Amino acid sequence: MQSISPPGTTARSHDALIEAIAASGDRSAFAELFAHFAPRLKAYLLRLGADAATAEEIAQEVMLTVWRKAASFDRSQAGAGTWIFTIARNRRIDRLRRERRPEFDPSDPALVPAAPAEADQTVWTGQVEGRLRIAIDALPPEQSDLIRRAYFEDLSHREIAEQSGLPSGR
Amino acid sequence: MADDSPAFHPDPEVMLAYAAGTLDEASSVLVATHMALCPRCRRESARLDAVGGALADGLEPVPLSAGALEATLARLEDHDQAASLAPTEACHDHATLHSVPEPLRSYLGGDLSALPWRWRGFAVREMPLDIAGGGVRASLIRVRAGAALPAHTHTGVETTLVLSGAFQDGDSRFGRGDVATATHSIDHRPVATPEAECLCFAVIDGPLRLTGPVGRLLNRFVRM
Repeated sequence: MQSISPPGTTARSHDALIEAIAASGDRSAFAELFAHFAPRLKAYLLRLGADAATAEEIAQEVMLTVWRKAASFDRSQAGAGTWIFTIARNRRIDRLRRERRPEFDPSDPALVPAAPAEADQTVWTGQVEGRLRIAIDALPPEQSDLIRRAYFEDLSHREIAEQSGLPSGR
Repeated sequence: MADDSPAFHPDPEVMLAYAAGTLDEASSVLVATHMALCPRCRRESARLDAVGGALADGLEPVPLSAGALEATLARLEDHDQAASLAPTEACHDHATLHSVPEPLRSYLGGDLSALPWRWRGFAVREMPLDIAGGGVRASLIRVRAGAALPAHTHTGVETTLVLSGAFQDGDSRFGRGDVATATHSIDHRPVATPEAECLCFAVIDGPLRLTGPVGRLLNRFVRM
């Protein structure tokens, strides 16, 4: 994969790259994000059963969505990796399962707001993704494998439990 | 307010499948509508998303074909125009707006009072909803105050989200936002509480109820 680092800039965080796209339509920031995420998105989609051409097509569509929706990215809500993962997940449901992805609407008048104390309880940022990955990698292999398969295989958990030989149910 | 928050939530496995994007659409509507009423599950969902983000970022990259970046860069401009096409929003009366949060509201096709409800006995009306998904049925159910909910004749699992009013099932009271999960093997006969009509969203034969190892395992991270 070609990695494009524009001359004269120091490494920016993925969060900052998305913000640069939002602020000024920064194409070099986009190229940097693309170099990191597009091959991982392709890997994710292949894991979930897409063929190579479709995986590549959806990965590119996801990156276009990143460009288009950069202004709605909010690093206090989710890190770049999480935000891009949710876009890819939803696009996969739309394209491969041919279903809609229902989500709550944060501006819905019927939404029950969080109590003020709860609202600022935890902020999940890009650093959390790194911490989570370390924690998952520290698990015994059969356990971390179970978590990966819950996200990367479109099977029921009973099937996952059967294949792994671990009991499902109580 | 803690008192307004739901006491009964979707199973951890179901929250996980929603985060992974492997849950059927009708069950996903139920989970997301519960989340509109449940700040706790919104936080849990954000954390499960972060686990997915962390895992996806840790995948071994698979290179795209040559020229993929250039091809995508060339398309950035046409997408700028597509962004301006926003969906028009349907208008609803106060009762519908208040009782039925999104995303369920978008699946109604009208106001609660205008839907073609079907009577199921003396005290129960049902409105089947057309939501994609193999073998899964989804309905709105209105039960007169004090009356029993419909008998469970299904062979699978029924998940019920209370939208207004409440019902009593054994020792448990399920109010607005609460999620009840019942299998055919559980002998129960929920009854609407006497104060008001109970409006529910029910998904039948959704995901199997499992309290398997994945959800328990993940709980440790999600509470980190």
